[in-house]
This record gives sequence, C-alpha cells and structure tokens, in this order.
Amino acid sequence: MAEKGEVKLLGAWPSPFVMRPRIALNLKSIEYDFIEETMQPKSDLLLKSNPVYKKIPVLLHHDKPICESLIIVQYIDEVWSSGPSILPSDPYDRAIQRFWAAYIDDKWFPSLSGIAKAQGEEAKAAAIEQVREGLALLEEAFGKCSQGKDFFGGENIGYLDIALGCYLGWLRVSEKMNSVKLLDEAKTPGLTAWADKFCAHDAVKGVMPETDKLMEFAKIIMARFQAAAAAATPAK
Amino acid sequence: MAGEGVKLYGLWASPFSRRVEIALKLKGIPYDYIEEHLQNKSPDLLKYNPVHKKIPVLVHNGKPIAESQVILEYIDETWTGYPIMPADPYDRAMARFWAKFIDDKCIPPIWKSFWEAEEEQGTAFKEALENLNLLEKELERKKFFGGEKAGFVDIVANFIAYWVGALQEATGKEVLTKEKYPCLFKWGQDFASCSIINENLPPRDRLIAALKAHFEAAKASK
Repeated sequence: MAEKGEVKLLGAWPSPFVMRPRIALNLKSIEYDFIEETMQPKSDLLLKSNPVYKKIPVLLHHDKPICESLIIVQYIDEVWSSGPSILPSDPYDRAIQRFWAAYIDDKWFPSLSGIAKAQGEEAKAAAIEQVREGLALLEEAFGKCSQGKDFFGGENIGYLDIALGCYLGWLRVSEKMNSVKLLDEAKTPGLTAWADKFCAHDAVKGVMPETDKLMEFAKIIMARFQAAAAAATPAK
Repeated sequence: MAGEGVKLYGLWASPFSRRVEIALKLKGIPYDYIEEHLQNKSPDLLKYNPVHKKIPVLVHNGKPIAESQVILEYIDETWTGYPIMPADPYDRAMARFWAKFIDDKCIPPIWKSFWEAEEEQGTAFKEALENLNLLEKELERKKFFGGEKAGFVDIVANFIAYWVGALQEATGKEVLTKEKYPCLFKWGQDFASCSIINENLPPRDRLIAALKAHFEAAKASK
C-alpha cells in the first residue's frame, strides 16, 4: 500500500480542492500525513513544492510534488491501481467525466462564488439563477452517468462524484447565507439524493467540513474581502 | 478500428481544432472533417456540444466528445500507435499540469496582449512574459516538452509554436522573440517542422491575413 511518510498532503480543512485528494486516498485506503497549511504566511514547503501557483493541495509522494487537485486525483488512481478505480475503465465514459469535471471547475463553481460576490438584490438573484441552470445540466449528466445507481461513478463514488461533491459544504453555506434552496428535491431530485449519499460515504464523511464551521470561516473571509475592497484606492 | 465513424467538427484557423487533427493524424486515424462557421453554427454542432457550442467536437461512432484536451486523452486511450501521453504516472501528472497551465495561464494573456493598446498598463503582456518564462525553464534540458518526441504538452502548446508568430506578423507586436526565449523559439520551430505536424497547421499567409482582417474589423467597429 504505502509506507510511513511516503505520502504527504499539504492542505487546509475549509478547502474543497484539498478534499478531493483526501477522498481519493481514502478510497484507496492509503495512509498519509496531512500537513495543515496556515496560508498566511505560506510555508516554505508550499512555496518550494508549488512554485507556479503557490496553492494547496499539493501531494508529496516520495517527496515529489504533484499539484492541481484533479490532476492529483488522477495520479492517485493511476499509481494505486490495485485499489477501487476512481475513473471508469471505458475511454468514452472517462471522457464524459473529464468533460463535466472541467465544466464544474471552469463554469459552475465560479457561478457559485458569484453569489457571494454579487452586489445588490438583482445581481444576487441573477447569480443564483446561473447556479441553478448549471445544476439542471448536472442533474441531466447525473442521470446519464449513474444509470439509476447512487453515484456518478455507479455503485461507488468516482472522479465526477469527487469533482462536484467537494463543493457541497460551500453550496450549503450559500443556501443558508442567502436563504435559498439550490439543490431542490423537485427540480434536481437525482442530485439531491446523491448529495446526502456522497456526504455519508465512508471516504468522505471524515473530511467534509461541517456547514456551521464553514459559515464561520466564510464570514471571516468576507470581512477580510470587504476590508480590502474598502482600503483599495479607486485610481487602481 | 480504422474508419469506425470518426468525425471532427473544427475551424481551419483554430489551434484547438488543429490539436485534435494533429493527434488523429499522428495515430493514422481516418476521419471526416466538417468545417464550421462561427457566425453560423451547424445544427449538428449545437446538438453535439449543447453546453459550450464550440469546436472542436470529435464524434466517434455517433458519440460526441468536446474540449480539446479531453479529446486528446480520449484519442490516446482509444487508439494505439504514436504515444501522446507519457507512460509513467508522475510524468502524466506533469504533462497534465503544464497543459492546464498553458490553457489557463499562457494562451489568454498572450492573446489579450495583442489587443492591448500601447497606452494600457500592459498587464496581460506582463503576465504573458512571466508565464512564458516558466515554460522556457521547462524546456532547458529537453528538445520537446514530451522529451525526444512531441507529446501531449507540445500539441497543446501548438498556439505558442505557430499562432504567436503569425499574430506578431499580423499586429507588429513582439511577445515571443528568439532573444528573450531561446529555448521556446527553437522548440517552436522544431515542433512546426515535425513530419505530420507540419502538414496540419493552417497555411501561414492565410492565417496572417485572417488575423489582420480580424484586428482591422475590431478597430473599425470601435
């Protein structure tokens, strides 16, 4: 499996991106050292391991760094190939999961972040509508990928479950802070049921942060963001 | 496997479309090519890529795949022959890392810097130069990003190898010069002259003319 100290993960508990490799390592039953990054300031290890982006997560395998959460997940799947598969075996199914994972990161998650950034009621409503439109697309994708089973990956969680599921904590924070339902039994029944099963999964429940804890963290971040915006000179 | 209903919806001048053609040709896969028109997208394209409505789209046995990097990995996993991705998992992770870096952090600021007016701060230009520097370092001990032969990252970097030069000629602006980036410059020339790859790049004069027209039209509409 893995020797002591062979696998380390640099990360932080609130980060959805950090959750992804943690779930992957859990699925493969790989033991690892979790090194909590304070981020302010960034550690020497982080700066040395990810000089291009200086971001978490970073996986260190035999001290060799791998960066970018979904790239790390694929690496874990390919190295520990004797464990349960994270990506499906069929090339077309793999392509479909990679396509949706890219959509989630490039389009859907920015729309979720957009709710917090929206100024004024109209903008907020528009941002919420965008997130819901994305979820409608993902509901359709879920139907096709799951083929009636519990997860995008079928009987067990896989790449696309991990790609989307890591954002559930933040989605729930968004729902609470704005008093809206984004995942809806009526409009997105498949995803609504999936979300509960995902969060309850053995590989996930230990690393999914509690919504209340995340909300407290979100408030601190928002306060910092607003203070920075107020301090910024208009001429920039 | 050959000729099993492979169709590619593309654009002659698009680097993303050409990435897929390069991969198909390197593997020796026959395919039907359908030239799309940006202002008049075909019903097929809208049907096969309803989410983004963009090219390239590969259709294999009636099943569509969109997003050029996803398509490249699909091609490599479906057909044997010329290896596009490296074999070792660590090398594969590195290849995916640099390919993502190129699409997220190099191409957008490079493209934007050709549009920036001289009076602007040149933020895109600065970002482009910094990120090209990181790619330059990657090539210091290698002929291609893929090692001895062109691979995934080289194909994804086709915009840098070929389109940047054409953009420089079309606009008179310099971004990637031999002096500033000796390794990238040489790599670009080597890449563009590789057999098979050299036949699957848009004709240079035609590309420069199209880019010039594109910039003129934008200026005129201001």
